[in-house]
Amino acid sequence: MGTVLVLASTDRKGRIRESVGTLLSMARRLGDPVTVVAARADEVDDAVETVTAAGASKVLIAEITGTGEWRENAELEAATAAYAAVNPIAVLAINAVGAREVAARLAVRIGAALATDAVAVRTVDGAPLAEHSVLGGSFTVESRADAGPLVVTIREGAAAAAGDATTPEVSRLDNLADAEAVTVESVEEIEANEERPDLRTAQRVVSGGRGLGSAEGFELAGRLADALGAAVGASRAAVDAGYASQSLQVGQTGVTVAPQLYVALGISGAIQHRAGMQTSKVIVAINKDSKAPILEIADFGIVGDVFTIVPQLIDELDRRR
Amino acid sequence: MRILVLIKQVPDTWGDRRLDPASGRIDRHEPEPVIDEIGERAVEVALRYRDGSEAEVVVLTMGPESATDMLRRVLAMGVDRAIHVVDPALEGADMMTTATVLAAAIRHAGFDVVVAGNESSDGRGGVLPAMVAEHLGVHHLTGLDEVVIDEESVRGVRVVGSERVTVRAALPAIISVTERSPEARIAGFRGIMQAKKKPLERFSLADISAELPARRSIVTTVEQAPIRTAGTTIVDSGDAAVQLADFLTSQRLV
Ligand SMILES: Cc1cc2nc3c(=O)[nH]c(=O)nc-3n(C[C@H](O)[C@H](O)[C@H](O)COP(=O)(O)OP(=O)(O)OC[C@H]3O[C@@H](n4cnc5c(N)ncnc54)[C@H](O)[C@@H]3O)c2cc1C
Repeated sequence: MGTVLVLASTDRKGRIRESVGTLLSMARRLGDPVTVVAARADEVDDAVETVTAAGASKVLIAEITGTGEWRENAELEAATAAYAAVNPIAVLAINAVGAREVAARLAVRIGAALATDAVAVRTVDGAPLAEHSVLGGSFTVESRADAGPLVVTIREGAAAAAGDATTPEVSRLDNLADAEAVTVESVEEIEANEERPDLRTAQRVVSGGRGLGSAEGFELAGRLADALGAAVGASRAAVDAGYASQSLQVGQTGVTVAPQLYVALGISGAIQHRAGMQTSKVIVAINKDSKAPILEIADFGIVGDVFTIVPQLIDELDRRR
Repeated sequence: MRILVLIKQVPDTWGDRRLDPASGRIDRHEPEPVIDEIGERAVEVALRYRDGSEAEVVVLTMGPESATDMLRRVLAMGVDRAIHVVDPALEGADMMTTATVLAAAIRHAGFDVVVAGNESSDGRGGVLPAMVAEHLGVHHLTGLDEVVIDEESVRGVRVVGSERVTVRAALPAIISVTERSPEARIAGFRGIMQAKKKPLERFSLADISAELPARRSIVTTVEQAPIRTAGTTIVDSGDAAVQLADFLTSQRLV
């Protein structure tokens, strides 16, 4: 079985991102995973513990010497050294800004083929193959390298994390190239709603559009989401109008979601919005306009006013509980 | 200061985009090819800096003959000149090939800052600026919602998780902007007339000394997903909420 290199990325504070679980479960479909982590000396123990809990059995640690404020360059140096050390058949990283760039730069460095935003991986005759869902889920494509290893970035939330705590084999990578290049000048916390499920992995999503009319009106989406245990999403028009934060945008230029249930409130269903949600299992839409395109793909569509129907629905769900 | 802006011709996202089942490549004829919206915003970011300086703004694209129309359009917005890399060997180029060729063209043209969009609306790879940076050995700041360029550096705001991080890198550098950056200006009649006289250079791979990468990714299978159809649609007459709750119950969603 070939070796598969897993690039575990960390946030600015050195915490391993949760996505490592997704990467490990994908990596196991291809071969024997080896996880590489770039961490400051004081972060190493926590990092090893986290990746182990997520199922990593072989861990390579590359120690960061600088402040670690901007980690991508250090992660690239770590990935380069790890690649040379283990000679993998595939390299996996998460398809998030930053992590996917580390993977792509590694591919340039080592002259390997690159496949981005894969939703699944498998091997055929020992060669890794990546499966992609493209053009808003209207096509499924498989790709592979014509020769040599395949560097793959995996869509966030594409596979459940398969965490099995093990006793890891930990080794260190030495003599890394110096990596500070980008300076972090300031950081501002954005209010995040930690109580709701993450949009990328949620099984239920309630999205609001311009039809919610204002930031206060948009809270209706949040109330229904809480009643359903769902994540909140938004259309680009709602984001542009300032009703919702940009990280909630669903669509072609936002997040792609494929939950069990997608509820669209006051969203017209422009083609660019549909591209981010049309592979959802069940689609529900409420719109005043009987000609709204979202109704053409809804399993259950209601022509009506969200401000009357949604509060009634929340009460009805409460009553049935 | 020379600012190079990377733009791309893509099938209009307002149309029904398709893949060619044989090659797995995007059908570049239907719907109509247009400039990718994010590229227009990248041009706007460059022009806003140029409005208050002596900088030269140059757009660069790699693409088929038809991309010339798009280049004329951005010249009309106020861009100084355009570079078009067009070569039969580039048909069906993967990201590795594209990054290699763009880097060769950028090196050939010379630059202080390269501005790109964060993701194209067709490929959605979101890795090209970083790959070009790797080729050129320069810094890259990507996914920026706000950008400030000065003589020595570029600074920008990137949202990562629940943080807005302000980052800075020395020039030369490549940056990519998100759709949070300002919308493109509209070309006026004067701009359209001037654009006709502006330089539009065409280069082949040999002209820019570009060598194609040895390894590439290839598409092995293409499958079209079934088209979604409408289920039940009701008009609210007072009991829509109850009917919806019944539907959700029947689907075991509540
Ligand atoms: C390159 C490009 C990329 C894009 N990317 C995205 C993307 O990623 N995501 C995205 O969402 N969009 C994207 N768009 C924008 C997209 O084209 C639409 O403009 C956007 O999706 C519209 O959002 P909306 O449906 O909320 O607003 P609108 O189109 O304004 O629709 C509002 C809807 O609310 C309904 N409504 C109003 N009041 C009520 C009420 N009281 N009760 C019920 N219904 C009501 C109206 O009937 C209407 O259908 C992109 C566009 C381009 C050009």
